[in-house]
Amino acid sequence: MVPEKLQMQHLAWRAGFGERYPVIADWTHKRRKQIVSKILIGPAKDETAPIKIIEQSDLPDYRKKKDLDADTRKMVQQMNTQGIKDLNVSWVDEMVRSTHPLREKMALFWHGHFACRTQNVLFNQQLLNVIRVNALGNFGDLLTAVSKTPAMLQFLNNQQNKKAHPNENFAREVMELFTMGRGNYSEQDIKEAARAFTGWAFDDEGNFVFREKTHDEGVKNVLGKQGNFNGDDVLKILLEKKATAHFITAKVYKFFVDEETPDAEKINALADKFYSSGYDIKELMRNIFMADWFYDSKLIGTHIKSPIELLVGFRRTIPVDFEREEVMISFQQVLGQTLFYPPNVAGWPGGRNWIDSSSLMYRMQLPSMILYEKDFNIQPKEITPEMGMGSYKVTQQVNEAAKKQYARKIKGVIHWDDYLQDYKDVTRDELAATIADTLLQNSKNVSKKILENYADITSREQFIKTVTIAVMSTPEYQLC
Amino acid sequence: MLILNRRRFLQAGSLASASLFVPKFLKALENSTHAMVPPGNKVLVIIQLSGGNDGLNTVIPYRNDIYYKLRPNLGIQREKALSLTDETGLHPAMVGMKALYDDGGMGILQNVGYPNPDRSHFRSMDIWQSASDSADYWGNGWIGRYLDAQCQSIQALEIDDTLSLAMKGEFQKGLAFNDPGRLSSGMNAGLYNDLMQQHRDEEPNVDYLYKTLGATLSSASYIQKQFKTYETKENYPSTHLGKSLRTISKLIMSDISTKVYYVSHGSFDTHVNQQAQQQNLFKQLDDAVTVFARDLKNNNRFQDVVVMTFSEFGRRVAQNASNGTDHGTANNMFLIGGGLKQQGLLNEGPDLSNLKDGDLQYKVDFKRVYATLLNKWLGADDKTILKQDYDYLSFI
Repeated sequence: MVPEKLQMQHLAWRAGFGERYPVIADWTHKRRKQIVSKILIGPAKDETAPIKIIEQSDLPDYRKKKDLDADTRKMVQQMNTQGIKDLNVSWVDEMVRSTHPLREKMALFWHGHFACRTQNVLFNQQLLNVIRVNALGNFGDLLTAVSKTPAMLQFLNNQQNKKAHPNENFAREVMELFTMGRGNYSEQDIKEAARAFTGWAFDDEGNFVFREKTHDEGVKNVLGKQGNFNGDDVLKILLEKKATAHFITAKVYKFFVDEETPDAEKINALADKFYSSGYDIKELMRNIFMADWFYDSKLIGTHIKSPIELLVGFRRTIPVDFEREEVMISFQQVLGQTLFYPPNVAGWPGGRNWIDSSSLMYRMQLPSMILYEKDFNIQPKEITPEMGMGSYKVTQQVNEAAKKQYARKIKGVIHWDDYLQDYKDVTRDELAATIADTLLQNSKNVSKKILENYADITSREQFIKTVTIAVMSTPEYQLC
Repeated sequence: MLILNRRRFLQAGSLASASLFVPKFLKALENSTHAMVPPGNKVLVIIQLSGGNDGLNTVIPYRNDIYYKLRPNLGIQREKALSLTDETGLHPAMVGMKALYDDGGMGILQNVGYPNPDRSHFRSMDIWQSASDSADYWGNGWIGRYLDAQCQSIQALEIDDTLSLAMKGEFQKGLAFNDPGRLSSGMNAGLYNDLMQQHRDEEPNVDYLYKTLGATLSSASYIQKQFKTYETKENYPSTHLGKSLRTISKLIMSDISTKVYYVSHGSFDTHVNQQAQQQNLFKQLDDAVTVFARDLKNNNRFQDVVVMTFSEFGRRVAQNASNGTDHGTANNMFLIGGGLKQQGLLNEGPDLSNLKDGDLQYKVDFKRVYATLLNKWLGADDKTILKQDYDYLSFI
């Protein structure tokens, strides 16, 4: 039988980014149903506050830049280039401080599922908020909203999808990556669906528009159905397919439950319920977090944290205010997951793909680098900016941020007092084991004896700090 | 002569003893300190030209009117180019590489690309590094899968702080470092040694992490040690590429287990004022490669090494309005080494009168180059690694 405390830590990690010792202690005495509901719904009066770093009105005529005077033009340019850094930093901050971590975790999942790159900060911001607002809502709504964002229409070339010259990219990715997955449609289905999506476009202000003139009004045959379909009709047809519910459920299962050995039977059962609920994401998550099998010891402490899970989890445990918050972007780049820069349209591959010799070394060194304010001597690979979509300086800015951090100390205010308070009631004798059991989901190897050997025992404070850093520098801390 | 088989050593010693802190391991290494790699050990060195190098101003079709018509400012004049044949010249900065060409140490393959080319840097680089078709998304790279397919102890090294997709296999991964010493410098050695001793196989991912940790620490230690066995007499340039090729040369002489080296050079993304940028980068490339080739020759190892260059795409044939070029398609690749069976221009140059939407059309799929190198040079099963059957080329 898995101890209650470990079960609750498991829930806190998988449905969020981990919780601190007092929170877990509180959950341990309550009923699972109550905690799961709380996690799903969030705090009372929880509304998704959009992450906003720029307003549409801040960028009045960025497409008509030639009409602006020099100063305004410079300001607009700066806002745009600074924007992607700010957006990244703001979202990470939201994950760290959120009172509804599951929403951000779920948004992180959709951020990889609906992988997209655009140089336009406003488009990035729009897409992010569409995903955050719908993260735990209805998948059909989410799919439709995402499909109509300028970011996605631009990224998947639907601006070029016109009656006279259809572009299949959008239709293909919607079927292959967003809904059913490969093997459930033919090339002909893609061609026909592409015709239905003609006319889906966006205007200069970043609003979705349907351009009737470029839309193909003819009859289309999509997945055995015939009609004068438009884009919305095709999305409905895709949602009617059980393959879509199955594809999404399997991906959710891998992300939240088990990456390495996904259980087909459990996925089928969850997918059936997801389908009959009409794609209610919250219900899908409830079914997972309420299931007894979710708390099976075989599933605990087996998931390799993504760089974002690792970094956010670390900061939720020990509050740190960095002097330059952009340092988080350097960490992301070095560890291989930069928000808003997925490696390709299939998103981040996850699991053991996160780990190679160098990334593992950096992961294990990072806590002591931060907590001892060491030099950061790692230079990430540059992201090559694409031309032609907004300003490519946006991406250069991300590269510059990493360069600036190179060989510099990681400076910040570490709120140790806050953290030390968590363990105020734990006896000295039990401290090392309690810290290890709280920070790790698999603490078997990290014995009290080893930790005591490497701890500073001059004071209780020093002891807690050094044990914590040691525990966070283990291979086991990479897992949850 | 004792040649250390590193991976077998790792397998023999349990995880606990895989760390560099175990005396037995250090002892084994000491014996190999003076073992230089004998001639015959084949090595592949990959130089990635990041950002999309403009192939048409690299290998210049200086008898072609269309070239000069589409590039009124950017076209390189015949008298400036380094003459290879009546039709073709090399970029003026490539003096040393021209000499290699004349000596039969270089082959140039033109019109290399793939079907349905993608003009996005990150997507096209993904395709080149994973060796997938442009409609597929593979999460691993071709060198990584080469490591997967080997049963002996083979390593692939990237000279960089982070590891490229090309070097990540499904099970095995290459090692990346700029400086082998720094990889483990911040580590709490005692703590890790104790944890390793304590560790027992159980949960697969825990095990995987400990194995990676053990292999990394011992590789770093082994390489640091081998590093000291050979000191090059050549004076390498102090550029990043120069330093990287110096590191690679030292390891080629001393480390038998590494078959593939990987290094990036760039950025070649020359949308604006291309001439100065490309000139500068080519000078760095030429300086570094020239010294590297000389170093290998002087040590009688040039015939054991193939250097391959590639870029994620070539650039458009016509110049743009900013004296630069935008993202294009097919490109050329250099193959450098003393063991080439064919040298010089390996195929015909680009057909500028037969463009597709203003872009060159590829004639050689880059996966054929990979298949050739994997099969004929590294003796590997290219069909498994590339998941498809490609016709070999005959340069080796």
